[in-house]
Amino acid sequence: MESSQLQHTNRQYEEELRGLRAALLKMGGLVERQIAEAIEALVARDSEHARQVIGRDVEVNRMDIEGDECCIRLLARYQPAASDLRFITTGLKITTDLERIGDNAVNICERAIELNEEPQLKPYIDIPRMAQLARSMVRDSLDAFMRYDTDLAEQVIARDDEVDQLNRLIYGELLTYMAQNPSTVPRATKILFVSKYLERIADHATNIAEMVVFLVKGRTIKHLDRGHGR
Amino acid sequence: MADKLETRHLSAYFSRTRALHDVSLGVPANRITAIIGPSGCGKSTLVRCLNRMHEVAPGAQVEGEVYLDNENIYAPGVDPVAIRRRIGMVFQKPTPFPTMSVEENVAAGLMLNGVRLTRAERDGVVERSLRQAALWDEVKDRLDRSGMSLSGGQQQRLCVARALAVEPEVLLMDEPCSALDPISTARIEELLLELKKDYTIILVTHNMQQAARTADLTAFLYAGDLVEFGETRQIFTNPNRRETEDYITGRFG
Repeated sequence: MESSQLQHTNRQYEEELRGLRAALLKMGGLVERQIAEAIEALVARDSEHARQVIGRDVEVNRMDIEGDECCIRLLARYQPAASDLRFITTGLKITTDLERIGDNAVNICERAIELNEEPQLKPYIDIPRMAQLARSMVRDSLDAFMRYDTDLAEQVIARDDEVDQLNRLIYGELLTYMAQNPSTVPRATKILFVSKYLERIADHATNIAEMVVFLVKGRTIKHLDRGHGR
Repeated sequence: MADKLETRHLSAYFSRTRALHDVSLGVPANRITAIIGPSGCGKSTLVRCLNRMHEVAPGAQVEGEVYLDNENIYAPGVDPVAIRRRIGMVFQKPTPFPTMSVEENVAAGLMLNGVRLTRAERDGVVERSLRQAALWDEVKDRLDRSGMSLSGGQQQRLCVARALAVEPEVLLMDEPCSALDPISTARIEELLLELKKDYTIILVTHNMQQAARTADLTAFLYAGDLVEFGETRQIFTNPNRRETEDYITGRFG
């Protein structure tokens, strides 16, 4: 049973729930921007930009803590039930996934800075595509969360396969580079890491999408065998 | 497992007013079943129908059937007093008999039922009942004192002991903690969990957290209708009906 159209009799409670919703949305927006800028910094070989993104991670961490505190306060004060309970427990988990996505953006920037100390191995084609896809998954998973939209959540989950496929493609391509010219190994492995970080970001977005299904329908679809061991 | 107590198309009236509408509900043995719902929804009326107490009120009427171990307690010839011995009741406010001592209170049900006991038998019943009600250790040295000398929480446990003395099979509890502080409430709840091993318990409560904490099954009544009945776990995490959702999340207008 999804959330009711009726307001809570307790105005303060209603207000605090709305505050949590807004805080999660804001955190999601920031994290999404962190991914976009991390990839911009990588592609443009802009170490200064990469350092700015890294610096902004403290803000993501602060939002993570504040979001959790908000959830715990709601649990302690109002003993929520049913869809409210699912909303708040989902909120607790979403902050964790968003915070990890933020960390992955930082990791991308760290590799970008290292890569900038050497000549470019190859132009980036698949990495930006993959980043675009992962970012859209993060955005759509949060939209699905805000709108209680399970169809959109299912779409996000389906898109994870595309990201996995791109990750494998990039892996194969870089393997060829490394086999042909061992001097490319340090750079190629760093790009490989970037690809892996993006793949992880997509996994976190998938987690959020799965939680949306739980939030709306009250049943868990995690860890069901979909043919790839997430 | 067969239901210990079952209502079939149960309706109850006060004169022309219908307080309960076509309620069919199966209560399993050795479980705590909570009945929740807003004031005036028919919770108390429902439990009063379960031990034939509703009909005592002037103008009150009952339609439908209530089965205790597959036996209709509203069948012609059934003695309501015998039913009330098998289905005991504890009320909202502790109601010890004010002129009686602690032990007289416990034995009162037996006395009123005309059961003749030796002094030793009576002492045995008093101790067993008080132990079951988790009150023995607190009152064993003052069994001859007035029941009113006990604290509110103790008085309520005394009432539980009094209900248990006649060895009922089902215990109906109508808001047993609403006049108690949180510590006394916790003791009663602990007691309920202990008692369900031997009894079938039906708990009417305004306190939704109490239902969530103690009950195995929860029934939600609204305006005399049984809206939803199911496992407490499911009712409080993912109810099937919008009305239940609105009530337990505090969205009732």
